Amino acid sequence: MDLGNIASLTHFYPELIMVTGVLVIVILDLALTDKQYLGDLALITAAGSLMAIGLEAPHAGAWLFHRMLVFDSFAIYFRALIALAAVIGVWMSIGSEEVKTCDQGEYYAILLASAFAMFLMAESANLLMAYLALEFVSLTSYILTGFLRHNRRSLEAALKYLIYGGVASGTMIYGMSWIFGITGSLDFTVINRALSAPGHLPVLAVFIALVLILTGMGYKVASVPFHMWAPDVYTGAPIPITTFLAIGSKAAGFALLTRFFFPAISTLTAGGSWTALAGVDWPQLLLFICIITMTLGNLAALQQTNMKRLLAYSSIAQAGYALMGFVVLSNDGIRAMLFYLFAYYLMDAGAFLVVMIVANSTGREDIDAYRGLAWRGGIVPAIALTIFLFSLTGIPLTIGFIGKFYLFAAVIRGQFYVLAIVGILNSVVSLYYYLRPIRTMFFDQPQGDEGVVKFEPWNYGLMGVLACAIIALGLYWQPIIAFADRSLNFFVGPA
Amino acid sequence: MSHALTLITFIPLLAMFVVLALPDAMKPAFKWIAVAATIPQLAIALYLYEHFDTTTTAVQFAEKASWMPSYNIHYFMGIDGISISMVILTAIIMFFSVFASFGINRAEKGYYAMLLLLDTGMMGVFVSLDFFLFYIFWEVMLLPMYFLIGIWGGPRREYAAIKFFLYTLLGSVLILLAMLGLYYYGATPTFDITELAANSSHYSIGFQRVVWIALFIGFAIKIPAFPFHTWLPDAHVEAPTAISVILAGVLLKMGTYGILRVNFAVLPAATMQLAWLFLGVIGTINIVYGAMVAMAQTDYKKMIAYSSISHMGYVMLGLAAFTTAGINGAVLQMFNHGTITAMLFILVGVIYDRAHHREINGFGGLAQQMPIYTAITGFAFFAGMGLPGMSAFISEVLVLIGSWQPHPWMTVFGAATAVLTAGYLLWTFQRIYLGPLNEKYNTLPDLTFREGFTLVPLAVLVLILGVYPQAILSLLNTSLVHLNQVVLSTSGAAVAMMH
Repeated sequence: MDLGNIASLTHFYPELIMVTGVLVIVILDLALTDKQYLGDLALITAAGSLMAIGLEAPHAGAWLFHRMLVFDSFAIYFRALIALAAVIGVWMSIGSEEVKTCDQGEYYAILLASAFAMFLMAESANLLMAYLALEFVSLTSYILTGFLRHNRRSLEAALKYLIYGGVASGTMIYGMSWIFGITGSLDFTVINRALSAPGHLPVLAVFIALVLILTGMGYKVASVPFHMWAPDVYTGAPIPITTFLAIGSKAAGFALLTRFFFPAISTLTAGGSWTALAGVDWPQLLLFICIITMTLGNLAALQQTNMKRLLAYSSIAQAGYALMGFVVLSNDGIRAMLFYLFAYYLMDAGAFLVVMIVANSTGREDIDAYRGLAWRGGIVPAIALTIFLFSLTGIPLTIGFIGKFYLFAAVIRGQFYVLAIVGILNSVVSLYYYLRPIRTMFFDQPQGDEGVVKFEPWNYGLMGVLACAIIALGLYWQPIIAFADRSLNFFVGPA
Repeated sequence: MSHALTLITFIPLLAMFVVLALPDAMKPAFKWIAVAATIPQLAIALYLYEHFDTTTTAVQFAEKASWMPSYNIHYFMGIDGISISMVILTAIIMFFSVFASFGINRAEKGYYAMLLLLDTGMMGVFVSLDFFLFYIFWEVMLLPMYFLIGIWGGPRREYAAIKFFLYTLLGSVLILLAMLGLYYYGATPTFDITELAANSSHYSIGFQRVVWIALFIGFAIKIPAFPFHTWLPDAHVEAPTAISVILAGVLLKMGTYGILRVNFAVLPAATMQLAWLFLGVIGTINIVYGAMVAMAQTDYKKMIAYSSISHMGYVMLGLAAFTTAGINGAVLQMFNHGTITAMLFILVGVIYDRAHHREINGFGGLAQQMPIYTAITGFAFFAGMGLPGMSAFISEVLVLIGSWQPHPWMTVFGAATAVLTAGYLLWTFQRIYLGPLNEKYNTLPDLTFREGFTLVPLAVLVLILGVYPQAILSLLNTSLVHLNQVVLSTSGAAVAMMH
C-alpha cells in the first residue's frame, strides 16, 4: 500500500502527538510566566505518544507520504522504544537539579522534537529521508548536549559532537550518492531490486558506498571507530540528556542500520536467514566492527573514574553486544538484538538515573562520591545500581542475562564460534568495571566528605519501576520476546 | 510431599524476604529466622533420605512445569543417586553454618539475607534437571558469595571477592556457551538434562570433545582443579568463618557434581576419551601439589584451604577410574570432605575469634589451655588424614582401589600423598597445640556451647560414616553404577565413530 499525504496521517498519531506537544510547549513558554509545568506537559505528550503506539492495531504495513516513510511492525517496535526513551528522558529531566537551571520551554520542546526526529529515522524508507531524519536528530542532540550554557564541559561536548557529526553525515550522504549512482534510486525497495537483479554488480563500488554509509549510521550507534564523540558527549551533557541519547539515539541508529542493511540490501531466504549481496562482504566488516566495538568499549571503561564516562564506554560495549545479533544475518539474531535493545534501555537508563540521584545530592559524578553509599543512607539507590550493573554484565535473574542469552543463542546457532568466545570474554572483562562502583558502595566505609543522599520520591519512583522491571522480566520475559518476534516483519511492498 | 524439592530450595528465599522486610530494630531476630529456615530444610532432607528409592536410576521427587515454551525451557526439578547426597550435605552444612555465623555483628540484615539467598542458589543447583534452570541457580549463588566475602571478610576482602567472582564468571560463561551448543546441535532442541543424556549419541565425537572441555573448565574452576585453583586460598582466607565452611563444604562439590551430571551423563563418549587426562592427571596434580603447598603454609586457614584442593583431587581421580569403587568413592568423598572440612574451618574460626590471628607459628601449647577444643581438633585432623574408623578413610580407599587398575601410577602418587597429608596436619597440630603454652594465650576460654554444638554433630557424622558408609553409599550406588556403564559402553561406539 502506498499512502498519500492525507491518508498517511491515520498511521501517524504518535508523531502528531509529539509535534503537537512541541508546538504547545513553545506557545505556552511565551505565554506563561510560571514555567514549572512545562515538564509535566512534555511528560504527558511523551506518554500519550507511547500510548498511541500501544493502541496501534496490527497492520500489514504500508508506505506513508509517497514512500518516504514506512509503517510496519518493525517500525512499531522502535517507535515504542523511542517513545519510552522520551518518557524516561523527560521524567529524569523533571527530577534533575541541572535541568532546573535551563530554559524550560526550549529544553522540553527540543527534547520532544528530537524524539520526533528519531521516529522518522526508524521509519525511513528512502535514503534522503533517512539522511534528513538523522540530521534532524543530530541537530537537536547538539543543542541538548550544550544546554548547560555556563558549563565548559557541556559546551565542549556539544562542539565535539557537532564536528564529528558533520563529518560523519557528510561522509554518509556521499555514500548515498554512490548508491544513487549505482541503482538510480533512493528508495529502499527499488535499491534492493536493482542490486539483486541479475547482471553485473559493481562489487567494489557498492562496498565503498556501504562503508561510507556505515560511517553515518555507525556514528549514531556509537560503534568503533565512530565512537570518539560518545564519552565526551555523555560526560558533558546534562544527565537526562545523556540517558536520552544513550538509549533513544542509539535505538534510532539501530533501527536505521537494520532497515538499510537487511530489507534494503539483503534478501530473506527460507529458514529465517538473510543473504548478503554476492561479493560484497559487509558482514565480515561488521563482524570486525562488532568485535572491536565491544572489546575497545570494555577495555576503555576499565580505566574510568567518572561514572558517566564509565557508563559511556560501557554503552559503547553494549552496542557491540547488540551488533552480535546483527552480524549473524538471521532473524534469530535480529530478534535477539531487538530484545537486547529493550533490556539495555531499562538497565542503562536505571544506571544513569542513579548517577543523577547521587549527583543531585552531592553534585559529584566520580566513583569516589559513591564510597560507602550503602552505609550512609543510600542503601536503596545502592541496591538499585547493583541490579542495573549486574544486568548490564548479564548475570541471571535480570533481563540483561536473558538478552545476552538470546544473543549468544543466535551466535551459536549461526556457528560464529570466535564471536561467541570474544563475547563471553568481554562479559568477564566488563564485570570488573561494573563491580567497581558496587565495591565502592558496599565494601568501603564512608569517610565523611561524600554528602548524604537525600530521598527524592520522583526519582526513586522511576528507579523502583526500572529495577523491578529488570528482575520481573528476567524471570518472565515472554511478553517482550513475543513483541520482538512480531516486529520481525519488514514491509517491502509487493514483490 | 509432592513439592519437596521446591520447598527445600525456596524456603530460604522466603526467609530472606522476611529478613529484608523486618526493621533494623529487630536485629537479634535475624539469625533465628535463618535458623528457622534451615530447620525445615534439614527436615525435608531427612524426608528425602527416608523416602528415596535406592533401587532405581529414575528421577525421583520430580516436578516439571513449562517456563518458557518458545525455548523449551522447563522448571524441572528432581533428584537421583547423583544428587541426593549433595542435597543432604547442603542442608546439613547450611544448618551449622548459620550457627557459625552468630559472631557476625555488622549489617546483620544484609548478611543473613545473602546467606539465605546463597542457600537457595546452592540447593537449586543440586535439584534442577533443566540445564537453563541449573545455570540460573549456578550464577545466582555467585552474587551473595561475592558480597559475603566482600563486606564481611578480612582485610584483603575486596581483592579476594573480585577474584572469586571473575574466575567463576569466566567458568559460567563457558558453561553457558556449552549449554547453547548442546541445545542447538542435539536431537531435539531441549535443556532437559535427562533428555540430553538419553540422546547423547547424537553428538559427533569432535563436537563432544569441544563442549566437554568448555564444560570442564567451567566446572574445574569451582572444584578448583589445578591450574584454576588460585582464587580459593584468597577467598578462604578473607571469608568469614561460616562462609569458608560453605565454600569448602558445599560450593567446591558443585564442580565435581556438574562434571558427573553434565559431562558424564550428556557427553559419555568424550568423557571416556578425556577423563584420564583432565580428571586423572589433573586430579593427581591436585592431590600432590595441594598437599605440598599446604605443608608450606604458615596461615592456618590457608593450610586448610590447600588441603581442600588436595582432597578434591581424590574425587577427580575416582571419577577418572570408571570403576564402581572409583565412582562411588568419589561421590562419597564429596560428602565426607564436606563434613570434615566444615569442621576444620569452624575450628580455625574458633581460634581466630579468640586470638585474632591465624599464624600457625604464633601459637603453642594450646592443649593445656583449651583441652576440649584440642581434642576435637585432633579428631578432625585424624579424619582429614583419613585414619581408619573415620569417614574419609572409606572414601579415599574406595577411590584408590577403584583407580588402581586403570591408573596405577596416579594411584601410587595419590596413596603416597597420604604421608604428606599426615605430615602437614601433624606438624600443624604440634606447632599450635603441643609444647609449652604461649603465655600470651593463657586466658583463652575453651569451646563455648554454640561452637561445640556446631562441631560435635559433624564429628558424630564422620564417625558413623566411618563404620557404616552404607548409610550414604546405598543411596548412590544404583545411579552411579548405571552412569558408569553408560560411559563405559561408549568406548566401542566412540571407536566406531572415529573410523
